[in-house]
Amino acid sequence: MAFETSTPVISPADFNLDTQVKWCPGCGGHTVLSAIKKALPEIGVQKDKIVFVSGIGCSSRFPYYINSYGFHSLHGRAPAIASGIKITNPELSVWIITGDGDSMAIGGNHFIHILRRNLDVNIILFNNKIYGLTKGQYSPTSPLGSITKTSPDGTIEPPFLPGELAMGAQGTFYARVVDTDPKMMTEVFIEAAKHKGTSLVEVLQNCVIFNNQVHADITGKDVREDHQIYLEHGKPMIFGKNRDQGLMQSGSKFIVVTIGENGIKKEDILVHNAHNPDDTRHYMLSRMSRPKFPVAMGIIRQWKTGVYECMLNKQIREAKKKSKIHSVNDLLRSGNTFRIH
Amino acid sequence: MPGKRGKKVIELEEVVVKFAGDSGDGMQLTGSQFSDTSAFVGNDLATFPDYPAEIRAPEGTVAGVSGFQVHIGKKEIQTPGDRADVLVAMNPAALKANLRWLKKGAILIIDIDNFDSHHYKKAGYIEDPLHEGTLENYNVIKAPISSLTRVTISQFNIDHRTADKMRNQFVAGMLYWLFNRNIKIGETFLKERFKKKPNLRNANIAVLHSGYGYAETIEAMAITFQVDPAIRGKGLFRNITGNQATSWGLLAAAEKSGRKLFLGSYPITPASEILQELSTMKHLDAITFQAEDEIAGICSAIGASYAGGLGVTSTSGPGLALKNEALGLAVITELPLVVIDVQRGGPSTGLPTKTEQADLLQALYGRNGESPCIVLAASTPANCFHFAYQAAKIAMEHMTPVILLSDAYLANGSELWSIPKTEDLMPINLPLVDDNDAFYLPYHRDPKKLSRYWAIPGQKGLRHRVGSLEKADVTGEVSYDPLNHEIMVLTRSEKVERVANYIPEQKIIGKKRGDLLVIGWGGTYGSLYTAVKELQKEGKNISLVQFNYIFPLPKNTGNVLKGFRKRIVCELNLGQFSTYLRSKYPQFDYLQYNKIQGLPFLVTELKNKFNELLEEI
Repeated sequence: MAFETSTPVISPADFNLDTQVKWCPGCGGHTVLSAIKKALPEIGVQKDKIVFVSGIGCSSRFPYYINSYGFHSLHGRAPAIASGIKITNPELSVWIITGDGDSMAIGGNHFIHILRRNLDVNIILFNNKIYGLTKGQYSPTSPLGSITKTSPDGTIEPPFLPGELAMGAQGTFYARVVDTDPKMMTEVFIEAAKHKGTSLVEVLQNCVIFNNQVHADITGKDVREDHQIYLEHGKPMIFGKNRDQGLMQSGSKFIVVTIGENGIKKEDILVHNAHNPDDTRHYMLSRMSRPKFPVAMGIIRQWKTGVYECMLNKQIREAKKKSKIHSVNDLLRSGNTFRIH
Repeated sequence: MPGKRGKKVIELEEVVVKFAGDSGDGMQLTGSQFSDTSAFVGNDLATFPDYPAEIRAPEGTVAGVSGFQVHIGKKEIQTPGDRADVLVAMNPAALKANLRWLKKGAILIIDIDNFDSHHYKKAGYIEDPLHEGTLENYNVIKAPISSLTRVTISQFNIDHRTADKMRNQFVAGMLYWLFNRNIKIGETFLKERFKKKPNLRNANIAVLHSGYGYAETIEAMAITFQVDPAIRGKGLFRNITGNQATSWGLLAAAEKSGRKLFLGSYPITPASEILQELSTMKHLDAITFQAEDEIAGICSAIGASYAGGLGVTSTSGPGLALKNEALGLAVITELPLVVIDVQRGGPSTGLPTKTEQADLLQALYGRNGESPCIVLAASTPANCFHFAYQAAKIAMEHMTPVILLSDAYLANGSELWSIPKTEDLMPINLPLVDDNDAFYLPYHRDPKKLSRYWAIPGQKGLRHRVGSLEKADVTGEVSYDPLNHEIMVLTRSEKVERVANYIPEQKIIGKKRGDLLVIGWGGTYGSLYTAVKELQKEGKNISLVQFNYIFPLPKNTGNVLKGFRKRIVCELNLGQFSTYLRSKYPQFDYLQYNKIQGLPFLVTELKNKFNELLEEI
């Protein structure tokens, strides 16, 4: 898509629909919806060229709540449907809305393959670490030992980290945000839209009914500055209420250090390079977890490389240039034919 | 008729030649070369390759035998033939696998270099088959094919392995002689095939001549055959397989409708050639997407249709099973979609390379909920073009998924096809919406067809939402209202039933009244037609109906079935179409003739069965 300045001015209200939003009061979905509406006017795309595609689950009702082209599809299949849409019309801005069950369990295969192919689409993954719509069973991201309706004695499955999976699938854009920070969400959604390639934004979302406070240790007002680190490309990786905590590398691992202690200066803190093709550090950042580390937020990886539909269209242009067959009539008459008189 | 050097030439109405060898022996290539040559001189023809599921099954074993059968004729040819007049067996395994399909007195050409004890034991023979007396009914030509090929190419600096791959050209050369074909045609074929490899081209041509010269010289081939051109319409023809015709029919529909063709597919035997063929058609704006699985194949195709393309997915039975959930999505979102199911032997992985018609009920009923899909079936390799075109036309004009049933026999078999002009194909009228149409609603419908309209993302002022949840009539809002659901189910059903108003009436081959009506559908047409025609010639009171439009059935179906004392439904399954007909037209009795061997019907077995029934009357 082109980011023309001549695009008609649109506002978040252009995406409002009359229909009632049927998420529970207090659900993280509401803030994500509002942040996306705020981001859309900033991405330089006409409102009739935006498509939201979702799978099944609470989050996947999203397309019914936003005034755009929308396709609420099948459990796990949104990436496959979105691929067909984007390849057929690369001018469209295509957004995939998914949840942790939809993308990590039933749609795991489609999820890794869209990342590998690097189509220019955006995936917003609502991660509440629980199955909400089916009323409270554990998900592939539920922490080990989670007690849920289907794990009364605690889960015995180690959880997936979406970022880890994204790196493993050669994803080119991975960011993490929390549903309690609308400003951060809007900024990251805009960057995700502008990234040429598949952007994955994991939203740590609260489920007030079945998994309330699941992210409280990260998002709580009193702890968030110490327990989150907001990463920005080209800036030192510093966090904490007093902005005195930072990341350094020791051997092959990160360590948390305090600026001013043991002679550590601000200049010693590692600078975040989201654009590095080598994803080793991005992988490590995506895996950082409490209590040893703060949880990484913001754009962790943003690597510019070949985009599927661009390469496809290049092949099509070249094939057209080379071929002497310009129509089906030409094709039917090519090769071995026999005229009978 | 005087032949070359005074040898005797026998004129034949038709002849069946079977080429058989190891998977790597190039029998498929020689088979196509012989078919093309026959087409070039004007014979009618049908072919059928028969290959193992394994790529290179153990050399010299019966499991590894790959075959290619060609039926050519001066008369109309509709099947690859029941039994062969000429068999080429490159090794004892090829002989063992095919001997029972050989006519008495047939010519049997064997590569004598491969008939030592090592080879015949590998094939499971205890004694040398050449001395057992089993071959006394045949005219056996023991040709040193391997050794003479090696001698011929010794001047070309080619290794033994590559040399052995050229043995098929020695065979081809022998057959050019045997059938009085101009060897120049064979040379042209090789020049085209090895355009970029002059050394291989020259070596192959040398081997071709060598085989021709050998056949000319030996006493055993004192007789040669002549199959004159068939008498049929003028014009431009080509030899085409079912999978190729299917691919091209889709391209034609995309071009005619001005839509981008999008094939989302996952490789599966025997449908992969459609994906392969269309992946070479980028210059005609065709997009192929090799998906991560069958589900992504169909889902990407649904996405393509939503975005205004012609979304197609191709598969075989196990793949259709995986696609059925998404087919339901196409039903409820009322988007155009073509699903091509090239049927093979089932259940499960079953017989991947063999033919069967056992996916019919899956295609008709394989989904959750009231989920009607149009079902069509192609009936000859060449008419796969027409039915792929029709499938796309119906899908787009009526906004509905269409399943096109083909099968391994049609997909891999070939026949001569009179090449159409795209100008002559029926127009495709799309239910499109103008930008900014203030009255557009997602489930507002065409009053006659009941199809909704195709508003495409990117169009101005038509933003709307579709999805897998039930929608309110007209407005398309999510609705759980009980009465609305019933209205929507009935409307979707009626929409599909009304397609019957737009398809041709069912034709009957033969008289409208009689003793026996043979009923078939899809790929069994060739053998049923040949059997019925032969019996009609004998004065029997027998007719044939072969269905291509399965759901909905043509409107005159009841009338067609009415006028006979007996009806027999013949199909390559346990009776799926007869079950279906019994539910649709319960007023009639249906006899069944079923075969589940992974093989097409033989004309002889059909005739025996029909004669039996006719005698009872």
